[in-house]
Amino acid sequence: MNGLTLDAITIALGQRPLLAISARVAPGETLTVMGASGSGKSTLLAYIGGFLAAEFSASGRVYSGDAEITSLPAEDRHAGLLFQDPLLFPHMSVAGNVAFALPANIKGRAARLEQAAAALADVGLADYGDGDPATLSGGQKARVALARTLVSEPRMMLLDEPFSKLDAGLRAQIRDLVFAKARAAMLPVILVTHDEADARAAGGPVVTIGEDA
Amino acid sequence: MIQPRDGVARIARLGPPLTVAILAGPILAGLAGTILPAFGYLPALGGARLTTDAFATLFAMPGIARSATLSLTTGLVSSGISLLLVMLFVAGWAGTRSFSRVQSMISPLLSVPHAAAAFGFAFLIAPSGLLARLVSPGLTGWTRPPDLLVLNDPAGLALIAGLVVKEVPFLLLVTLAALPQIRLTETRALAAALGYGRIAGFLYLAWPAIYRQIRLAVFAVVAFAASVVDVAIILGPNIPATLAVRLVGWMNDQNLSMRFVAAAGALLQLVVVLTALGLWIVVERAFARLREALCARGTRLRRDAGLRHASLGLMTLSGGIVLAGLVALGLWSVAGLWPFPQPLPSTFMLQPWMETLPRVAGPLATTLAAATLSTLIAILLTLLCLLRERDTGRTGGRKALAFIYLPLIVPQVAFLFGLQFLFLSVGFVASFSGLVLAHLIFVLPYVFLSLSDPWRAFDRRYEAVAAGLGKRRWRTLLAIRLPMLARPILTAAAVGFAVSVGQYLPTLLIGAGRLPTITTEAVALASGGARRTIGIYAFLQMLLPAIGFAIAIALPALLFRHRRAMQS
Repeated sequence: MNGLTLDAITIALGQRPLLAISARVAPGETLTVMGASGSGKSTLLAYIGGFLAAEFSASGRVYSGDAEITSLPAEDRHAGLLFQDPLLFPHMSVAGNVAFALPANIKGRAARLEQAAAALADVGLADYGDGDPATLSGGQKARVALARTLVSEPRMMLLDEPFSKLDAGLRAQIRDLVFAKARAAMLPVILVTHDEADARAAGGPVVTIGEDA
Repeated sequence: MIQPRDGVARIARLGPPLTVAILAGPILAGLAGTILPAFGYLPALGGARLTTDAFATLFAMPGIARSATLSLTTGLVSSGISLLLVMLFVAGWAGTRSFSRVQSMISPLLSVPHAAAAFGFAFLIAPSGLLARLVSPGLTGWTRPPDLLVLNDPAGLALIAGLVVKEVPFLLLVTLAALPQIRLTETRALAAALGYGRIAGFLYLAWPAIYRQIRLAVFAVVAFAASVVDVAIILGPNIPATLAVRLVGWMNDQNLSMRFVAAAGALLQLVVVLTALGLWIVVERAFARLREALCARGTRLRRDAGLRHASLGLMTLSGGIVLAGLVALGLWSVAGLWPFPQPLPSTFMLQPWMETLPRVAGPLATTLAAATLSTLIAILLTLLCLLRERDTGRTGGRKALAFIYLPLIVPQVAFLFGLQFLFLSVGFVASFSGLVLAHLIFVLPYVFLSLSDPWRAFDRRYEAVAAGLGKRRWRTLLAIRLPMLARPILTAAAVGFAVSVGQYLPTLLIGAGRLPTITTEAVALASGGARRTIGIYAFLQMLLPAIGFAIAIALPALLFRHRRAMQS
């Protein structure tokens, strides 16, 4: 499995520099990036994932293992994204959401649905495949979003405060699940958050950005 | 940022230039094609040198000054009343239950074509119309239709009223679209806490921002009202008629030399519209001054209950008039014997429908084909422009918006006439593709205005997620964004369809009378008294857009019936 390397990345909005960072994240390790809201920590994930909005300017290189991915379009970077909101596709069934994420080399509708069902069972939602995502609870939605990301065979996970909207009890549970799955898949993870508890649970190195240091 | 090099980006790049060409090309070419003959240059008709003869003939026309003045006054007065009404209503009621009720009653009326609404209004207020029947002979003692010039009155009052009831839904809708710009609840609470009346508080704190947003739409209303043809034929004065109506007469005159006069008249119409807009801006300033002065003096206007209820009543009345007119149309289309002053026909019959339907088939097919094609092209171009917007990260801002409004502000007669000449010279006139192009000029702005806000409001993190899952942009567009935006896309299509169905002048001029649609046929019947046939045509005219909107609502509801988040 490949680690993730950030080589001298800087991001600016117009003339205003937002952040500068260099880091190496080993497979199965989580790098936590902390910063106040408005510090631009989400734009770091956007830059790594390849979907930074046009009004930002950025420089620096991103490597997945030895391969530089900085000039690849977003769809070739295979960055598994989890946001604050689960962002399940509202027009698809629960299983449809997961099946959509399966790589193209899994052929045939039946095979794909079977894989999707297995992935859902893996996050404890075995019987929910045919359901409407809108009818799930917050925790269930987060699990589906995780399953969807994992089946896409990502090279890394980019987490943008994915636990902040869950209530306290659920938050620890989902957090543990996400980190356990990422570790099991030996994925490098970058987590941006302003929650100290997230950082402690992640267990990896922590960098703080957006402060005059 | 990585410059997108995929197929979507390549095709999207075509969007803006194509749209610009379709919006500006015909307008500029058409204006040129109007200006040249106005100054005597039209080789096809033997005009080879530049003269001002056409203007001399134009100004020698009987009642020409009155016609121009009528266009100006009916346009300004109807727009002024409509905006004032909508402004007072929104100021007094936005955020209340009554507001939602009136809104849901009036919004659907936007889809009713102007000609159908005007016919309905005429059927309502004519001396033998539904209103007179309802109060006769009880209140009036009339046993025969009174000899009153209610319709086509020389001052244009019926025209003004007919325009107001049709402009109110449009202005209400654009104001509603601008309403999220302000924080309504907080603004209301703040104004109330400081002791201001509801209307005054709203006008001081919220209206300037809203008006800035809807100003171009208001200009479009002013320009439209000062140059409208179909409504003026149906409701407007006859001797003399408004300028735009007379122009169309000259354009279709057997005597071809009248074309020079028509071209000169089209330029006069342009001047009339510019004058109307100029005067409007003066009134705008005066109104702003007045508001600022009142605000500076701290005038609270707390006792505004009367004004508020008047605005609510008038809005309801305005919607009710259009609805009642549509009922009148429907009734007449199936009326057998209906002697005055009976409020309802004594017998009903389907015979007029049976007789008319075979003749309707051709125009109906043309209407449907032109509306479907122009709408599809408009949707496609709008999508390309919006996709391109994402790639460049620019929306084009105010300039692009002014551009989109161009075909709605430049009076139709002023450039369609020239466009007809150009099409004639290349043998394009009366061709179906020419008709679709002419409709597209007017359909495209409405489709774009209707779709751009929901498109831009789409949460782009969905696309980031899909790209992170390794999906190409085509796939993300087709599998995620378009289905999730199915509802607004279909609504925009229904708007475009309705706009195309309602087009009178482009169909008349570019179709050269050889490509009749439901709308041109209906308006052509206006001067005759065939109420049953008018009822049928106008009813169909109103039915087609209604079917379009019904599909736009029902289709996503059906497709996504098991998806709760897709239901609203």
